[in-house]
Amino acid sequence: MDAVIQAEGLVKNFKETTALAGVDFSARRGTVLGLLGPNGSGKTTSVRVLTTLLRPDGGRARILGRDVVHDAPAVRRSIGLTGQYAAIDDALLGIQNLVLVGRLLDLPRRVARARAAELIERFGLSEAAGRRVRTYSGGMRRRLDLAVSLIGRPEVLFLDEPTTGLDPRHRGEVWDAVRALVADGVTVLLTTQYLEEADQLADDLVVLDHGRVIAAGTPATLKADVGGQRLHVRPLYREDLPRVAALVAETAPGTRPGTDSAGELIVPGGGAGLLHRLGTRLDEAGIAVAELGLRLPSLDDVFLTLTGRATGTAGTDDTGETDRTELVKEAA
Amino acid sequence: MSSATVNSTVPLQPVPSTLRHGGTLAWRGIVKTIHSPEALLDVTLQPVIFLLLFVYVFGGAIAGDTQTYLQFALPGVLVQTFVFASVGTGVALADDLNTGIFDRFRSLPIARSAPLVGAIAADLVRYLTSGLIMLGLGVLLGFRFGTGPLEVLAALGLVTVFAFALCWVFTALAMVVTQPRSVQGLSALIMLPITFGSNVFVPAATMPWWLRGFVEINPVSKLSDAVRGLLTGGPVAGPAIAAVMASALIVAIFAPLAVALYQRRT
Repeated sequence: MDAVIQAEGLVKNFKETTALAGVDFSARRGTVLGLLGPNGSGKTTSVRVLTTLLRPDGGRARILGRDVVHDAPAVRRSIGLTGQYAAIDDALLGIQNLVLVGRLLDLPRRVARARAAELIERFGLSEAAGRRVRTYSGGMRRRLDLAVSLIGRPEVLFLDEPTTGLDPRHRGEVWDAVRALVADGVTVLLTTQYLEEADQLADDLVVLDHGRVIAAGTPATLKADVGGQRLHVRPLYREDLPRVAALVAETAPGTRPGTDSAGELIVPGGGAGLLHRLGTRLDEAGIAVAELGLRLPSLDDVFLTLTGRATGTAGTDDTGETDRTELVKEAA
Repeated sequence: MSSATVNSTVPLQPVPSTLRHGGTLAWRGIVKTIHSPEALLDVTLQPVIFLLLFVYVFGGAIAGDTQTYLQFALPGVLVQTFVFASVGTGVALADDLNTGIFDRFRSLPIARSAPLVGAIAADLVRYLTSGLIMLGLGVLLGFRFGTGPLEVLAALGLVTVFAFALCWVFTALAMVVTQPRSVQGLSALIMLPITFGSNVFVPAATMPWWLRGFVEINPVSKLSDAVRGLLTGGPVAGPAIAAVMASALIVAIFAPLAVALYQRRT
């Protein structure tokens, strides 16, 4: 495995709070590693340590084999960073922001200008390039910010909540840009609160909570770990629900189906065999079915299960509940 | 790919790259001033208004007639302009620290001091622009130089040195206060007493003894004495040495303080 980003036992404390309590993860070349977690889980602190902005109190991190503390200048040469808030200069023109950072990376003036023009084209900012950034919309700022972080052709790109506050269309644009970079061989570390974003972009996921890694794997394996496939069946008429439940109990003895508020019966662990048998029985019984199928749990299910805060019984855990509702709201 | 060329361990930033990057960031600072109407007006229109205001509103009352007062006030207003302009350095840095652009600079392979060097270099250009506008307007209004071009250059040099020293005070303040608005407000609390509590606008002779005491030790008074001498003729050496020493003292205290606070903040 070719680990481009490696974090080993990272620890960072801020006064009384522990932001990172020994975090390990790594990212392979040309992949997207997603750091997922609620506010305050340690995502941004991880990024700040990896991009040499913060010194870790313990553990170590390497980018392309170079230590972020002892070899910081070399690390800085190979990374690009797009933070949570756009790190661009409002008073400069769009193109000047790009040239500025290009020049700070020691690109010759001509090369910096050519590269700036290329990125402006690529991010659809041609019309805005000669305007002051102050006049840009939120989506344009994000795209310019991303473009600026690419001017030095970094091998490793850090995106800290790159789409927070963007509308769905602009979010899609940023996603497309990230996919194109990965296709070019760039390694990306992405933090996000949006489960959908992680699902769309990440090859590997690390779920953080209170400065610890609580799960890691591909989106698919994480979902599988949480309970694998679920069978769900929703009768067309709600009054048929008890009959459906009885059929399920007969067909799959020993399972514990649950019913959600939408009138859907969910059978954990149900596989293709059950789906087939149940389909036949429902047909024989003449029950009209609106929906019948197998599906993997969503990342929402994964996160909520992992953090142990989401059992579906509201109000059991005060602190967890706020995080959860926030997460669900953001994901919606 | 630039990273392929880097193979050494912990390469120390050589001085030339600090200057080169500082120069690039100074270019940014200058372009920023040109592009921000309020910053540009601070540099151009504000000194013009001050000079016209003092000469034509107060001049007759203070000195009997406006021409006599212009000869007295122009060097003083020049000093005041530079002192006011030095606040801009702190405000601009506080602004940068709040927008996240410093994170970007710090994630780049440039010397840590480059953003500070750049900001201050850009501001020296800003101060000098104000100074030249002020002198040009003075000449239009009928100011007569009593000395030669070398002395005029020396006067500009002296106020620049003092403004450079003072900008460290506001830089240090910016690192502690962080909100650009608060930096502006607190800076006014420092600037107003040191400029008005000086002989910039009126001779100290008419003031009560306790105020005269302050005015006489105020480095701004020394500076305006020296600048007056350099522009209209009169003793220079004593006040100039005092002004340079005061500048050196301010730099000796506030530059290390500002840099330490900057390192901690960033």
